[in-house]
Amino acid sequence: MITSAIFGISNNALLAVVALLTGGALVALAMWIAGLISPRSFNPAKGEAYECGIPTRGVSMTRFSVGYYLFAILFLMFDVETVFLFPWAVKVRALGAAGITSIAVFFGILVLGLVYAWRKGALEWK
Amino acid sequence: MESTFDFSKITCWFNDLLLGWGLAPWLVTTIECILVGVGLLLLYALLALFYIYFERKVCAAFQCRLGPNRVGPFGLLQSFADMFKILIKELIHLNHIDRFLFALAPYLVIIASMMAFAVLPWGPGLQIIDFNIGIFFLIAVSSIGVLGILLAGWSSNNKFTLIGAMRSGAQMISYELSIGLSVITMVAFAGTMNVNEIVLAQDRCWFIFAGHVPAFIAFVIYLIAGTAETNRGPFDLPEAESELTAGYHTEYSGIHFGFFYLAEYLNLFIVGGVAALLFFGGWMPFHIPGWEGFNHVMNYIPGVVWFIGKAVVISFIIIWFKWTFPRLRIDQLLKLEWKYLLPINLFNLALMVVIILTGFYIH
Repeated sequence: MITSAIFGISNNALLAVVALLTGGALVALAMWIAGLISPRSFNPAKGEAYECGIPTRGVSMTRFSVGYYLFAILFLMFDVETVFLFPWAVKVRALGAAGITSIAVFFGILVLGLVYAWRKGALEWK
Repeated sequence: MESTFDFSKITCWFNDLLLGWGLAPWLVTTIECILVGVGLLLLYALLALFYIYFERKVCAAFQCRLGPNRVGPFGLLQSFADMFKILIKELIHLNHIDRFLFALAPYLVIIASMMAFAVLPWGPGLQIIDFNIGIFFLIAVSSIGVLGILLAGWSSNNKFTLIGAMRSGAQMISYELSIGLSVITMVAFAGTMNVNEIVLAQDRCWFIFAGHVPAFIAFVIYLIAGTAETNRGPFDLPEAESELTAGYHTEYSGIHFGFFYLAEYLNLFIVGGVAALLFFGGWMPFHIPGWEGFNHVMNYIPGVVWFIGKAVVISFIIIWFKWTFPRLRIDQLLKLEWKYLLPINLFNLALMVVIILTGFYIH
């Protein structure tokens, strides 16, 4: 059996924090270096939104098509159910028939939800 | 398997060496954590630079061009030159943006890919984060990247970026479902979520062969969803340059834009790495049962080479997609996910369970 713990560190949460800080450090470091060596010049037109050159019309931070929102809700529903499937998936062999019957009911409800969304036309892009 | 080199020997020897010098345990752990961080940073940057070069060369080959060939031998130093060039570009200060969220977005994108990157098993004993829910953790952290993209698009206060971010958000969350379900299929087959144990379980036979039909279907779905997840190939409508200039990162300049570029290439590697881990045995060498001499030779190739090689080959397939299929429309994209991939995936999971319980797979 290979012990995979790097440097024998068994505290994985610590290593996850190290990875998080490394990611942050990469961005901060590169921004700092760029700030030191990149040129700076001022021009009022540079601060404008990148469009055709004429001033942008209307607001850009605005309400958006509800279609995207609908898919976000569907995603939330299915993703939470996916999370529930994970613990069962690890123990498929050990749980056997009892596990299969209970997950089949759960699975059935999941598929029913999909069929409902489908029939309601929630999966059509309008 | 017995002859593949175990890197934990080196790391444990180093740990014992530091302790042997009489340093306090907390100090030793701190030094090791800094080493891990520096190693991650270097590997991340080098892989990204390699991938930029690799993609340009592959694209050139598909288009019968030469690709970068001036800077260094075979243009190998081209990405280094590009990196320095992007560092000396001006960071433009915009007027009407949400400054805090605009600055935060690259952090989220990079951190998400860095944490997912740290979970990958590089070789025997060369894995950084080894949770017993490893693959689940990987999916969880990589979905933080969507937040970064949405924030980037929203905070830029530009119509192109908003449309790009919304498309990207809808696409990435939809295809995350497919990734999750195909990973569940393989987790059910492996019986564990620990990345190291998944690799060790493929000692005799890689999962794509052991799990035959359902594993293959899961792999194809994973590949399609992975392409969509990295906003590449036929699914690149969040940054469709002919309609949205550059999509969600239109307003970013200089190295600020570079972070999105970097994360995109690293995500390509991560998708390849996870596919290698789940379907092609991670760092396990390629073995053919009965061919003892062949297997023995394969064992001499280090695990790191196997892992990176598999990941690069899978990324090559994803790059290949880009030059084969035309770009999809948003309605086609969502239809493909919700009406085809999702039902097939659910059916495939049921098929996998049947195969596991009847024992109709290669043991």
